[in-house]
Amino acid sequence: MSNVRPISTPETPAAKRYKAGVLRYVEMGYWQPDYRPLETDLVVLFRITPQAGVDPEEAAAAVAGESSTATWTVVWTDRLTACELYRAKAYKVEAVPNTGPGTKTEQQYFAWIAYDLDLFEEGSIANLTASIIGNVFGFKAIKALRLEDMRVPVAYLKTFQGPATGIVVERERLDKFGRPLLGATTKPKLGLSGRNYGRVVYEALKGGLDFVKDDENINSQPFMGWRDRFLYCMEAVNRASAATGEVKGHYLNVTAGTMEDMYERAEFARSLGSVIIMIDLVIGYTAIQSMAKWARRNDMILHLHRAGNSTYSRQKNHGMNFRVICKWMRMAGVDHIHAGTVVGKLEGDPLMIKGFYDTLREPRTPASLEHGLFFDQDWASLRKVMPVASGGIHAGQMHQLIHYLGEDVVLQFGGGTIGHPMGIQAGATANRVALEAMIMARNEGRDYLHEGPQILKDAARWCAPLRAAIDTWGEVSFNYESTDTADFVPTATASA
Amino acid sequence: MMTNSGARLTQGQFSFLPDLTDQQITAQINYALEHGWAIGVEYTDDPHPRNTYWDMYGNPMFDLKDPAGILREINECRKAYPRHYIRVTAFDAARGWETPRMSYIVNRPPVEPGFSLVREERDGRAIRYTLRSYAVDKPEGERY
Repeated sequence: MSNVRPISTPETPAAKRYKAGVLRYVEMGYWQPDYRPLETDLVVLFRITPQAGVDPEEAAAAVAGESSTATWTVVWTDRLTACELYRAKAYKVEAVPNTGPGTKTEQQYFAWIAYDLDLFEEGSIANLTASIIGNVFGFKAIKALRLEDMRVPVAYLKTFQGPATGIVVERERLDKFGRPLLGATTKPKLGLSGRNYGRVVYEALKGGLDFVKDDENINSQPFMGWRDRFLYCMEAVNRASAATGEVKGHYLNVTAGTMEDMYERAEFARSLGSVIIMIDLVIGYTAIQSMAKWARRNDMILHLHRAGNSTYSRQKNHGMNFRVICKWMRMAGVDHIHAGTVVGKLEGDPLMIKGFYDTLREPRTPASLEHGLFFDQDWASLRKVMPVASGGIHAGQMHQLIHYLGEDVVLQFGGGTIGHPMGIQAGATANRVALEAMIMARNEGRDYLHEGPQILKDAARWCAPLRAAIDTWGEVSFNYESTDTADFVPTATASA
Repeated sequence: MMTNSGARLTQGQFSFLPDLTDQQITAQINYALEHGWAIGVEYTDDPHPRNTYWDMYGNPMFDLKDPAGILREINECRKAYPRHYIRVTAFDAARGWETPRMSYIVNRPPVEPGFSLVREERDGRAIRYTLRSYAVDKPEGERY
């Protein structure tokens, strides 16, 4: 005999709402056009491409529902909870400029969704992302979905450690002020023995770079075990420091298969006196936060390589914008992150990249549609992350790099150092001379962006390595159209 | 003798460029003043990269906004310590910074002997490194 029996209930609005069956998401409370987000709400902007026949409000409500409390059908157990609080609220949708009929792109909508602070565990990127990008990206009622931006409330930011070191303390520790830092990635990235690898590090640092870097996929392979790499690199770092009188560093990549292995590698790097270690984005948000706490405890700068991000950040209709990764990584606590070059070989529209850099470095970022920043964001005194520009850049672009990226940035000239016709030391010297000459000219008030080529030529007259660098790469540029561009031009009208 | 490019200590913003003229120093002073930064002059005969506290040639000049006056202070320090390293540092008091924003060397000893690297061999193949300026074998003030 069944102990379940139908109950006869009065037809109140609540009873109607919670009657077993399927409701549209807009009817379940996930669409609230009159809602005004609280200061403590997390506010998220999604780009939605609905399936045919799904109206934008329903699509937005579905995203709100599936990223918070909803399931596909009504459940009475909602009534045991303060469910109205826990429901995410889609409160605004707008058609994305230049999408829909008459354009090359199918109709997309921006949807603004507010989440109550109680939905998230303090200090956990994993918990935040399990909601916001958890199930919802595979939801059938939407054809494509992209997380564009997020306003993180100050109350939530204050539960995160933030960068282990930050730009200010990093510069004080390194005793390097008023100019971008210079780095290079050891090349070839795979195949060198520890001994040969350290040679590249020594030459580049002695020649004038501040940092050399392991590549993202250098961990511990048959051709070079991690201990060998660490030992030879630290010999190179210290020799170069003695040869120049400067603090030098090599980003020792501690990425490994388990946290235990990563901690072991990090401890070894510390015992050898390294100022900096490195991790890859692919280790995951929790592992990144663990390493950030380790780095804070051990006075270590933490470099993050954004390996893997383009799998979800590059296409405009689906995935997530890199600016959100920048926000999460500042919260998670890394000190360096690769954030684009504008002029190099990797994806990057100048306006979008300014949005990333501001997100990493500024105490507060005002909403700025042409930079892709949809919300005012107060960073609540979280430390600043140093962006890293790497990939296909060379000394001949120094004026453009400083113009677009500013001085709180690591400029990484890998091929531009190691491939120099006069050798690695000369390559490093060319980069350092170009950098110092350009900073001096900028500080003198010169129009360095336009006079840049002349400023470099003048320095090249007394610096043979710079002359050779300009002769070799002066004309190299990567002019491809970016895929991730602003939807708005500076006047906040639709962009062409 | 140092064997790096330029055979010199390369701390600071402009050590890879030819020594700054008074005119070039003045232009950099102006840049700092435009940003509201206070300029300090510091000297040392121990240029170890982790010797943070060079001696101050007076406090940072918070109230002096005249580039010629600041250059005069720099040149007086050079006269008083002609064989020392002298650096000009610009301090930013703004919230979120509160740290030096510029630092460049304006004076060096005539000969820069550089640093030795002392290796202490430890367990396994690990080495503990110590950097030592050749000049610090002599007492302070008698080094260059």
